[in-house]
Amino acid sequence: MNKNLKALGLLLFFAFIAAAPLLAQEGAVSESKASLFKLSLIVAGGIITLAVAAGAFCQAKAISSACEGISRNPASAPTIRFLLLLGLILIETLVIYALLVTIIILMVKWGAYA
Amino acid sequence: MEGLEHSLAIVELFNKIFGKPTAALLGLAGIRVKDPSRCIPDYIVMSLVVVVFLAVFLGLAARKRRLVPGKLQSALELIIAFFENLLVDIIGPEGKKFLPMIGTIGLFVFFSNVLGLVPGFMSPTSKLNVTIGCALTVFVYYHFQGMKAQGVFKYLKHFAGPIPFLAPLMVPIELISHFSRPVSLSIRLFSNIFAEEMLIVVMASIISYLLPLPFMALSLFTGFLQAFVFVLLACIYLSGAVAHEDEHA
Repeated sequence: MNKNLKALGLLLFFAFIAAAPLLAQEGAVSESKASLFKLSLIVAGGIITLAVAAGAFCQAKAISSACEGISRNPASAPTIRFLLLLGLILIETLVIYALLVTIIILMVKWGAYA
Repeated sequence: MEGLEHSLAIVELFNKIFGKPTAALLGLAGIRVKDPSRCIPDYIVMSLVVVVFLAVFLGLAARKRRLVPGKLQSALELIIAFFENLLVDIIGPEGKKFLPMIGTIGLFVFFSNVLGLVPGFMSPTSKLNVTIGCALTVFVYYHFQGMKAQGVFKYLKHFAGPIPFLAPLMVPIELISHFSRPVSLSIRLFSNIFAEEMLIVVMASIISYLLPLPFMALSLFTGFLQAFVFVLLACIYLSGAVAHEDEHA
């Protein structure tokens, strides 16, 4: 009886949490500029996707070269690990630049300003 | 991006106590504050929280130093040894004298990144203001150390490159690459922490208290990684500015 009550309580708790309302953003975009708003969303999605694709490909190349280098010369592992981390962070910085631009594009409500 | 936040209780408390005196002090300097009850921004209050926490905690922990260290002392010695090894690996044996600045920057950035995960606080490094401050500090510091180690004119002559004939070509390239360093440092740290925080907000709007948890765990890891990268790049810039004296010996 006690175990059933505890299970029911947990189920209700999760049900209440999952039913929390989504944050809705309201605003008025004039009808004539609605296409600009839609275009801005598509462009933002395209920017970050292209940047992530290029970044992931280049990081994969760096990681595979590092693994091959370590397998050829295991004594140089600390040096190669240091160079690998440095290179990965520098490539990731460029992807983060693109993410910043995407966030800025998404934050501006295009078409709301006549 | 201002409309995304709600005001935090600690910031309001701080403003209630220190808002009016700060507004009065700024009024003495000729700056008029629009609203004295919201005079001090939230990132300054959070930076002060990090600074006070680090100063009090590390100051208290460093009081009784024993030859055979206890638990807390050996954990903190581990952190200091980590910074020292990084400095000696990258700069060489004379890198140890940069330990105060590098250790401070590393600990400040790490605790600032992680502070945003605690309910009721925000990361000061999620604002561009704070990260530009950190990056400009590193920029001024490594140029100052370079000039101190080599002399002002000798340090500036390195901008001209190896062959004096190529100086009109090399100087703009060197200037641009040197000015891109604080830009990249600040934007990297700010974008990482801000994007992670925005991801947590979006996840919290789907399922409130449960879905952000794996992303907060990831945010711990990326907070540490970004602090490590900031310190690593600061050490590399320092080694580029200071270590030339060995080459020309």
